[in-house]
Amino acid sequence: MAYNCVVLAKQVPDTKAVTGKAMNDDGTVNRMALPAIFNPEDLNALELALAIREKHGGTVTVITMGLPKASDILRESLYRGADRVILITDVRAAASDTLATSYILSCAVKKLGDYDIVLCGRQAIDGDTAQVGPQMAEKLGIAQITYVEELIELQDKTITAQRSVGNGWEKVQAKMPVLLTVMDTANEPRPVGVKRMMKYKKANSRSELKRDKNAEEKIAALDKKGLLIEEWNLAEIEADMAWCGRDGSPTKVNRVQSVVLTASEHKNIEPTDEGIRELVHELIEDHTIG
Amino acid sequence: MIDVNRKGEVWVFAEQQEGKLNEVSLELLGRARLLAEKLGVKVGAVLPGNKVEGLTKELSAYGAEKVYLVEDPLLAEYQTNSYAKTICELIEKYEPQIVLYGASPLGRDLAPRVASAMRAGLTADCTDLQIEDFQVPKSTTVHENLLQQIRPAFGGNIIATIVNYDRWPQMATVREGVMPLPERNGQLAAEVVKETIKIDTADLPLKILDRHRAQRKVNLKASRIIVAGGAGLGSKDNFKLVWDLANALGGAPAGSRAAVDLGFIDHDYQVGQTGTTVRPALYIAVGISGAVQHAAGMSESARIVAINNDPDAPILQIAHYGIVGDLNDVVPKLIKAIRTKR
Repeated sequence: MAYNCVVLAKQVPDTKAVTGKAMNDDGTVNRMALPAIFNPEDLNALELALAIREKHGGTVTVITMGLPKASDILRESLYRGADRVILITDVRAAASDTLATSYILSCAVKKLGDYDIVLCGRQAIDGDTAQVGPQMAEKLGIAQITYVEELIELQDKTITAQRSVGNGWEKVQAKMPVLLTVMDTANEPRPVGVKRMMKYKKANSRSELKRDKNAEEKIAALDKKGLLIEEWNLAEIEADMAWCGRDGSPTKVNRVQSVVLTASEHKNIEPTDEGIRELVHELIEDHTIG
Repeated sequence: MIDVNRKGEVWVFAEQQEGKLNEVSLELLGRARLLAEKLGVKVGAVLPGNKVEGLTKELSAYGAEKVYLVEDPLLAEYQTNSYAKTICELIEKYEPQIVLYGASPLGRDLAPRVASAMRAGLTADCTDLQIEDFQVPKSTTVHENLLQQIRPAFGGNIIATIVNYDRWPQMATVREGVMPLPERNGQLAAEVVKETIKIDTADLPLKILDRHRAQRKVNLKASRIIVAGGAGLGSKDNFKLVWDLANALGGAPAGSRAAVDLGFIDHDYQVGQTGTTVRPALYIAVGISGAVQHAAGMSESARIVAINNDPDAPILQIAHYGIVGDLNDVVPKLIKAIRTKR
């Protein structure tokens, strides 16, 4: 049988490229100052969904929440083979913590309806929290299989998967609908398809174009060609504003510090026999080594 | 969600599998005790499982003053939903002000499910927890004695302090090996509170078909002395220097992420943000530049020795003893000096 897969993806700042310029005065991160990338493990989630569709049929829908710029990863999803992509963008979603984010995304998935498998990456590299997946599963009232390393079998409405438990693994079975969080070890994401890229590189969301000249004309033209990226705001997914954005977020950032680690005392040791003997002697003296 | 409850206890989720406690729960009890003393409340441990009553002694010995014991054959194997339901019901009944979980794979599977059901805040992977007042920015409102949830973010480039002042309990997961294990005191005896939670098959949506748990080959956390090598070793063959030095010292070999990625050493030996967090008496970093991701996993070592040929390597900033030189020359000299103890 065929399965409808929904992939939740996030555009993240490339944390390997963080510099002082990337921080705002209030300690929040200026995402615009960093290269934005498709969260790596979300690509593994997308790959798993595409593999399911190839084997069993069905659909792959990718949803992201973010600024209009997050449409980048939706285009990338189209290049890789997604059937449908949806951008959730709304100023009232700003400053959402994991709880509020999971609420908003769960509203979007509910609006979509008719899903069998919801897939997320295990965690996003900007926060590394791994919380949004399980929180969404709770809000959707469905089972979760976290840390998925391998999809073993889909049979009717039953999924069998292997998950990592840190020092080992577990083979588990669950009834659909189910939410999976996918590890980077699960698969090797396929490269973008060149033909699909040629087809979809002009795809845009409404909010990306709204400041352009002749925005409405452009939007209408794209829509006609099937290249208008679907876009929902919080009202369209019937989200309760009390659960969204800052108000919906119980955790608040108190302060943020850049990491500067220094030793309380520092001694340079000469790389000579004598210098090293002295070091060993000191370590013996203070009982660090026997 | 529960209301702010200043009399609420400080709780630790006591993680056990097959009747064996995860050490991180004991580490958390140590910190929970400090937090609870500051708040003038008790430390509670929440222990769901089946036939686990024997573990209440261990939890007492490491600082739990109350143990909430929930035993049920249906709780014999961990499942997200049944355990989350258990914890949520206990939170609603007893209204703790703080609930801590180990940031183990199990804890990170469970805690967000509880947070979502409770509509409470949750901070992941904390490396420190403190009690402090919090002044709401641009206002005169001060929330006294909040849990300061301190964690690295952005790939370890920043340290964020998170608070949660209105929707309680204040919850956090804490990384394994970060909090020191408190001293065991077998004289302590906690009050055991037995609770029954109604678990039915709807709370057990997974069927666990098979499971394999490897005994961890490596226990870096328990090592007093660690010798870690990085990309600077150049090859897997040359990485032998790290093993030799570790042997000479009776310590454990380890590697940076770069060394693991290059195949010099197995992932089980990795120290750093995506590996193990260690705090040995002596940490010798050989050919490791010391990216913040690595430092996050070892900076609390009592003594750090860094050997690097680059005088600007960040590791030298956090080392107590820095040796700028060629590791292929320095390490053999060091081994010789240790062997001759002179």
